[in-house]
Amino acid sequence: MFEIPVLTLTLVVPLLGAMIIMCLPAGQHKGIKWTAALATLISLLLSIAIFIGYDRSLGGIQFVETIPWIKDLGVNYALGVDGISIPMLLLTTLIGFSSVYASWNLAERVREFFALLLILIAGVMGTFITTDLFIFFLFYEVVVIPIYLMVIMFGSTKRVSKEYAGMKLTIYLLIGSAFLLTALIALFVQARAISGVPSMDMAFLASLNYGVEFQILVFAFMAFGFGTLLSMFPFHAWSPDGYAGAPTAVSMIHAGVLKKIGGYGLIRIALTILPAGAAVVAPIIAVLALGNIVYAAYICISQKDLKYIVGYSSVSHMGYVLVGIAALNLISINGAVIMMFAHGVMAALFFAMIGNLYEKSHTRNIEDFGGLAHQMPKLTAGFMIAGLASLGLPGMVNFIGEFTIFVGAFGVYRVISIIAISGIVFTALYVLRALGRMLFGARNEKWDHLQDLKGVELVPLLVLGLAIFIGGFLPFTLMDLINNGVGELLAQIGPLQIGGLW
Amino acid sequence: MYEFILPNAWLIALLPFLAAALIFIFVHRWPGISAGLSIFAIMTSFVLSIPVALAVFAQEGGTVFEFSTRWLSMPGLNVDMGLLLDPLTAVMLIVVTSIASLVQIYSLGYMKGDPGFSSYFAYQSLFAASMLGLVVANNFGQMFVFWELVGICSYFLIGFWFGRDSAKNAAIKAFVTNRVGDFGFLLGILFLQIVFGTLNFTGLSQEIATYTNMAVLIPLSILLFFGPMGKSAQFPLHVWLPDAMEGPTPVSALIHAATMVAAGVYLVARAFFIFSAVPQAMTFIAIIGAITAIFAASIAMAQNDIKRILAYSTLSQLGYMMMAMGVGAMTAGMFHLMTHAFFKSLLFLGAGSVIVAMHEEQDIWKMGNLYKKMPVTTWTFIIGALALCGIPPLSGFWSKDEILLAAYASGNLGLYILGSLVAFLTAFYMFRLIFVAFFGSNSYGEEKAHENSPVMTVPLIILAVAAVLVGFVNSPLMHHAFGHFIKHPAGIQPEPSTAIMISSTLIALAGIGLAWLIYQKKLLSHEALREKFSGIYQLLKNKYYIDEIYARFGEVLVYGAARAMFWFDIQVVNGLVNGIAFLTGKSGETLRYTEDGQVQSYASYMMAGVLIMVVLALIAVESALL
Repeated sequence: MFEIPVLTLTLVVPLLGAMIIMCLPAGQHKGIKWTAALATLISLLLSIAIFIGYDRSLGGIQFVETIPWIKDLGVNYALGVDGISIPMLLLTTLIGFSSVYASWNLAERVREFFALLLILIAGVMGTFITTDLFIFFLFYEVVVIPIYLMVIMFGSTKRVSKEYAGMKLTIYLLIGSAFLLTALIALFVQARAISGVPSMDMAFLASLNYGVEFQILVFAFMAFGFGTLLSMFPFHAWSPDGYAGAPTAVSMIHAGVLKKIGGYGLIRIALTILPAGAAVVAPIIAVLALGNIVYAAYICISQKDLKYIVGYSSVSHMGYVLVGIAALNLISINGAVIMMFAHGVMAALFFAMIGNLYEKSHTRNIEDFGGLAHQMPKLTAGFMIAGLASLGLPGMVNFIGEFTIFVGAFGVYRVISIIAISGIVFTALYVLRALGRMLFGARNEKWDHLQDLKGVELVPLLVLGLAIFIGGFLPFTLMDLINNGVGELLAQIGPLQIGGLW
Repeated sequence: MYEFILPNAWLIALLPFLAAALIFIFVHRWPGISAGLSIFAIMTSFVLSIPVALAVFAQEGGTVFEFSTRWLSMPGLNVDMGLLLDPLTAVMLIVVTSIASLVQIYSLGYMKGDPGFSSYFAYQSLFAASMLGLVVANNFGQMFVFWELVGICSYFLIGFWFGRDSAKNAAIKAFVTNRVGDFGFLLGILFLQIVFGTLNFTGLSQEIATYTNMAVLIPLSILLFFGPMGKSAQFPLHVWLPDAMEGPTPVSALIHAATMVAAGVYLVARAFFIFSAVPQAMTFIAIIGAITAIFAASIAMAQNDIKRILAYSTLSQLGYMMMAMGVGAMTAGMFHLMTHAFFKSLLFLGAGSVIVAMHEEQDIWKMGNLYKKMPVTTWTFIIGALALCGIPPLSGFWSKDEILLAAYASGNLGLYILGSLVAFLTAFYMFRLIFVAFFGSNSYGEEKAHENSPVMTVPLIILAVAAVLVGFVNSPLMHHAFGHFIKHPAGIQPEPSTAIMISSTLIALAGIGLAWLIYQKKLLSHEALREKFSGIYQLLKNKYYIDEIYARFGEVLVYGAARAMFWFDIQVVNGLVNGIAFLTGKSGETLRYTEDGQVQSYASYMMAGVLIMVVLALIAVESALL
């Protein structure tokens, strides 16, 4: 029986869309936008089908496709998804779909923008669905190019220029990937020395036993590479500036999913292949994560630019993911994965709303606003949903992430967890203060001309809002799947011990 | 009948939730339908609660019904959504649904013509659903979920008139202050999960019964109590409740007097098996409760805003309930929670009626002689006040008496005296309010005021009847039916003492009498008194300056630190990054000059390199030989 290569299809449709867009006349704005919308919609529907069609009783990697590519290096075009990658795939397509609508009012260089956007989406998707380390790295590098171009072409200049922002973003990504590449080569060479077989297959690499010192070294390299991508303190400086400079769609995808490649890589690659290294390095990650959670949350309190607030807040939230990963147990890693999903939809919604407001008002400074709820009740609802999700209100999927991480980490790092949990107070403070300053209070006549969200502008709010609520009210829909994936992964590597005093 | 209602009791919480969802999504445009839907839902919940309570009442002791559904689960962590129907739940269900119904009906009048009419009812329904979800919770996880949800509903309703900066700030203050408490609460819950591996109340109560490690139990129970300290606005986390009066008055009645703020007391009762196992925690609770009671009652004497007086009174009464819990009188605490819910919501709705009549005026000195124009409001208000002061045979008398009795019987004479003093102050400030606002000689009230429509006065009358009658359920006249109903082992009460009954009544009467002498008879001039004790008066009027202290503290510790860290991030972290970039760029520029295209220079570089390598090799060989 001929099986439909669903994953390849999901991956190829946006690329196909990009190609069609490049063939369309540059002035054909409507056609270009609808092509992009259709391409991302198909990907979204396919990923939902994968989410539903994944056989949970069977578990493991499913929807496998393998085509040998470079024999000498053991590289295969190998795709496959499990309980960890499906939520990430779904996240990518949800945000990809929404980001098209968030860019709907774009009027200049439309063709280039949407073509690049689709390539970017495909690139991010590729990293999550491959089971081959080389292909993973390839897709990761594919992502860098459109990001850079989009920031310097379509970005905005506030505290820093968009060129600076684009450069900073790209160079950080590249430094991260340089460390990653080094780690990858070391792994490949060592694996071939042990087994005599050249292979880039993640599962195969994970099945070998490496020396502890080798593991520590390579894990540290990976932690640095992936950590930079995840804006781990003190390598987070790209995040606020980068998001501030980037156009809305890029901020959405970057904060929403691209960043998560870091967390995903840490779990899927670094932790799985090098568990002994993880056990040693993890406490350091946990301590650095406090820098994310508390320090970045504090900085948020002093910010006035909306994108800086969300930028630093995303740094802060990644701290929870890092703590979850660093605690190295089933509960905490489950929490980290669902937190990545949760933060993704929340940040994307936040950036979509900011983008919409900025487009209409040409300012992002919260002090320029006040009482926007009078003029823009729907936008206010969008901001409130994103804001409440970000402060971890139950009923929103973010709460599930935070709570699970806390339970998982509390038993491992007592003091670190207590400090981390205090973040819930500061988060509430800066989120409510910023939103209150902007949305509530007396009506400001100056903004009476602003139009509330209408038509396609509502799509990001509806799609992402729905994801936030479904995940929050019915957490088992996602959590059972994630638990499946993480459980199998941890079963492979066996129990891990982290040193006592933490 | 019971066979149907018990397994389906979740409908009680679900119906208001559905109403809220329907209003938000579909019928928002039609205020009449929105309000109708909301009221229909809560009244149906009330009707359903009655057979539930009867079924529980018919049962002899213990849990009557428990039901759980998997919500968030993985190996090692289970948070269910469940339903625990026992006497505590039954009492709360009746209190919440009945008062919520009356408040929503009253709101038809109070919120008439408000542009946010539909949203108001949606939030009311959402609150009712969350509160009921909290009440039926069978585990701490679910409790925490709904605990936060009632908090956010409170945030939305305090800030309901979002055009006012004061409302906006009060809402934020309420949520963030509660978050401070919830930080501790969450830690306590995590402790429970780590130590006992379950969050289920029944499971935990079995585990705790045999657990003796006090080094764990003491911090655990104190941390858990942080939640109630925030939610029930206990000192020092009380600052948000008076500010919460920025919300519409029916909201203050329902959420910030009768139900949500009592959730903290309910939690202590629900988790009584933990607290009562830790004497240190019980002492802590009793002391915090007593401090709050006296502290808030003293502030209430010097306030002029009718709602703020009631707000401080609520604080003080919540402190009373906590004190009861702390001395081990769980039944008395719950009993007072119930009677207080009725008479305090009555008082708030009465105040709301006055505020509507006075066109948003809240200063009691700008009222006066209201009784002539507003007979129903005046007399129901007085009934509520008498109940609050503990005048027999009104409801507050029975419950307050039990708390004093419990404090006395527990051997804490200090707490008993303090409680009596609070009773005196309560009677004084309530009748100061009444004599000034309702019988004062000012003519403002007489000119402006008018009695409100029946949609507002009928709920007042119903609540007034309840304020008179509900106390009897635990009076000796009914053989302490309530106490037997709650049936907690620690709920067995000491024998009623006639001496305490008489003395507490006399104390209340003395308070009323003093207020009468000063504010009605004017035998003592209150201005002169104010002059004479101006230091104390200023201290009380300014709420012991606690808000100012917190503000100063926050300015330095939070905002100052935030700015400092941002400076650090830009100057140091980003500075380093930019510095490295700068160095890279500069060194590239400098090294560029080495690439001058001259073969001679390249040859000399090569020579130099070879020389260095030779020297290094020689050193290496030397050291190897040594």
